[in-house]
Amino acid sequence: MERQGNAPPDDIPIVLAREGQHGPVIHAANRTARVNGILPGSRVVDMRAICPELQVEFADDAGDHAALDRLVLWARRWCPWTVRDGADGLILDTTGSDHLLGGEAAMLVEMETQLSLLGLTARLAVAPTWGAAWALARFGPVRSICGAEEAHFKLGALPVAGLRLDAATVLLLRRLGLKTIGAVMDVPRLSLTRRFVKAALAGNPLMRLDQALGKLAEPVASMDAKPRFAVQSRLAEPIFDPTPYLPELCEDLCAALTKAGMGCRRLHLTVFKTDGDVSHVDVATSASTRDPGHLHGLFRDKVERINPGFGFDLITLEAGGVEGMQVLQNRLDGGSDDDLHLTRLVDRLSAKFGPRAVTRPVLRESHIPERAEAQVAALAAIADIGAVTPQERPLRLFDHPEEVRVLYAVPEGPPAQFIWRRQTHRVARYAGPERIAPEWWKDRPGTRLRDYFKVEDQAGRRIWLYREGLHEDGRGGDPRWFVHGCFA
Amino acid sequence: MWCMGSLRVQKRLAGQVRQPDPLTHTLSEAFPETATDAAAIGFVLTRLPRTDAPILWVQDRLSRKEAGRPYLAGIGTRRPVIMVDLSRAADVLWAMEDGLRCRSLGAVIGEIWGDPPSLDFTATKRLALRAEAADVPCWLIRRAASPDLSAARDRWRIGAVPSAPHPHDTQAPGLPRWSLDLFRSRRSKPGQWVASYDRAQDRLNLAAPVRDRTLATGDGTAGERAAG
Repeated sequence: MERQGNAPPDDIPIVLAREGQHGPVIHAANRTARVNGILPGSRVVDMRAICPELQVEFADDAGDHAALDRLVLWARRWCPWTVRDGADGLILDTTGSDHLLGGEAAMLVEMETQLSLLGLTARLAVAPTWGAAWALARFGPVRSICGAEEAHFKLGALPVAGLRLDAATVLLLRRLGLKTIGAVMDVPRLSLTRRFVKAALAGNPLMRLDQALGKLAEPVASMDAKPRFAVQSRLAEPIFDPTPYLPELCEDLCAALTKAGMGCRRLHLTVFKTDGDVSHVDVATSASTRDPGHLHGLFRDKVERINPGFGFDLITLEAGGVEGMQVLQNRLDGGSDDDLHLTRLVDRLSAKFGPRAVTRPVLRESHIPERAEAQVAALAAIADIGAVTPQERPLRLFDHPEEVRVLYAVPEGPPAQFIWRRQTHRVARYAGPERIAPEWWKDRPGTRLRDYFKVEDQAGRRIWLYREGLHEDGRGGDPRWFVHGCFA
Repeated sequence: MWCMGSLRVQKRLAGQVRQPDPLTHTLSEAFPETATDAAAIGFVLTRLPRTDAPILWVQDRLSRKEAGRPYLAGIGTRRPVIMVDLSRAADVLWAMEDGLRCRSLGAVIGEIWGDPPSLDFTATKRLALRAEAADVPCWLIRRAASPDLSAARDRWRIGAVPSAPHPHDTQAPGLPRWSLDLFRSRRSKPGQWVASYDRAQDRLNLAAPVRDRTLATGDGTAGERAAG
C-alpha cells in the first residue's frame, strides 16, 4: 500500500500481520485500529470480524531490524552511548549530555521533534535505570522525567507488564492479584525470592524490580559504528584531470587503513564538479589490500571516463568493503609473496576488462559435458569436488554445438562421413558410442539423449560429435548430429 | 672483425659473457595447420613445466567462437586455469604482458586469431623479453595466421596425423600423433618430427618423419632458416 515511505492516513485502521501458527496474526496496529479494539497477537480473521474495514499489510521484521540498527547510530547526535533495546526500542545513556540540549525536558522535546521529522512516532522517558525508562516510556505519562530518588514512586502506579516480564509471568502475577508494580514491591522480598528462585531473568519479577530500581546493575553496551575511511583533496581552482592527485590520495587512505589495521576491497573516487554535478569511478580488488601503488594502478584507464564538465574542485577517495587485514609474512627473508602477486594480477585484469572476463573453470558433478564445467570468480574459494570422469574428454569444447550433415551406414551406428563448416570429413576410425542420458531433474521433458562418438577423419583430426536422440524415440523427427569438441 | 672476435673469445674464456641458458622459459609460437585442430593445444600442454602453478589462458573472441574453449575435464585439474575472455587482440597482448609480470604463474597461453596489426614484431619482442625476465613460459597460439616477422624464440607448425593403432580395438583411434615442424628456433636446431603422446604416462615420443621425397641438394642445412 504505502511502500514509498508515505505514512498512511490516521483515520484508517491499519495493522501489520505476521505468520502465526493458525494463519496470520496481528504484529502491530495503528492508533485507529487499537481504538477499534484490535489487539496485537490475535488472529487477523478474528479482528476482521470486529473491524471489517481493517487493512492488513505484512510486516518486514528484518527490514525493521536493520532500520532500527541504523537509527541507533543516528541517535548518536544526542549522546555518544546508544544501543538497541529489543525489537522496538532505543536506550540512550544521556548522562552528562542533557545540559547541551538545555536540560532533560528540552532534550525530550528536541528528540521527539527530530524523530517526527523522520516520520516516526516516539514515546520518550528519562529515568535513572534502563528498566525504569522502559516502563515509563511504555506505560507512564508523556515525556515523563524521573529523578534519581523518584523511581520508587513513579513506578508504583504502573502495571506489572512494565517490568519487562514474559507473558506467562505477567499472567501469573495477575492471577496472584498483583496488578501494579507497587503491589509487587509491597510483597515481602523473602516470599518473592522463594517463589521465583529458579526463574530466569525474563520470568523473575524480583530481579526485574531490582534492575528497575537500580539495585541490580544493567550496563548499556554500546555498539561501535564502523569507521569510515575517506580522504579528500580540495583544489584552489577547478581542474579537468584528477590523475596527478591520485597517488597522494591513495597514500593518505592507505596510511589511515594501515593505522587501523584494515584493508579495503573497493575504492570509490568521487569528483564534485563546479556546476553542482558529481561523477564517480569505482574499482574493486579480489583480496583486501592497502598497497597505495596497487590501488593507484587500478584507476589507470578509468579516470578518463570521468566527464569533467566545467572542471571539478573537490576529489574524495573512499574505501569500501573495509575488513580487518593482518600482515602475513610467509618467507623468512621478507621476500615477495607469490599469492599476493597472483591476487594483484587478477585485480588488474578485472579492473581493466571487467570481472566477468576473468574467470576460473571448475568441475561440477554432471555427465552433460557443458554442465560439468562451471565458471567461478578467479580467486573464489571453492571446495574442489572435481573428479574427472574416467571417459576420455576433448581438450576443446564449443560453447554451442555445431550441427553437421551426416551420412551413416546404420541409423544407430557411427557416421561414415559428415560435412562440417563446408568441409567433408570421411570417418576413418571411431570409438563409441558413449550414451549420456538427459538429467531429468533439470532438463525439460522431451529432451533427447546423446550418443557421443570420437571419430578420426582421413587427415587425422579427432573430433567429438554426438547424435541427439534415436530414430523413432517419439521425441521429434530424425535425430540431428552435432560437433561438440576436438581432441588433441 | 678479428679484434671483436678475439675480444669475444677472451671474454668467454674469462667467463664474463653469460651463455644463454637453454632451460630459460621464453616465448614460443604455435601455428595449428587447421583452425579447429586441438593438436597444438595438446602439444603446448605437454611442454609446460610439471608444477601445480596456475595457468593464465587468454583468448580473443574469434578463437573462442571458431575453435572452442579449453575444457577442464580434458585438460585435467592438476593446474588451476584462470581464463580471460577478451574481444580484441590488443587486449590479449596487454593481458599476457601483464600476466608475465607475475612469477607465480606456471604459464601464460594466448590465442590470437589471424594477423591483427597490433601483433607486430615489437609486441612479440616485448612478450619474449618479459617471459625471459620472469622465467615463465609463454605460448602464443595463432590460428589462421601467416608466420611473418616475429621475435618468438621457437616457432612451431603443428598438425594432427592419423593416430597410433589402438591396442584393443582396431576400429578406434589410439594414442594421438602430431606432426611437429620447428621451423625457426634460436636455441636448438630446427627439424620435423612425428610425436605420439602417451597421456597415461605423460610421455611424448618423437620420431623422425618418413621421408620419401627426393634428396635435397646442398649441404644438408637448406631446410633450415637462419636463427636469430
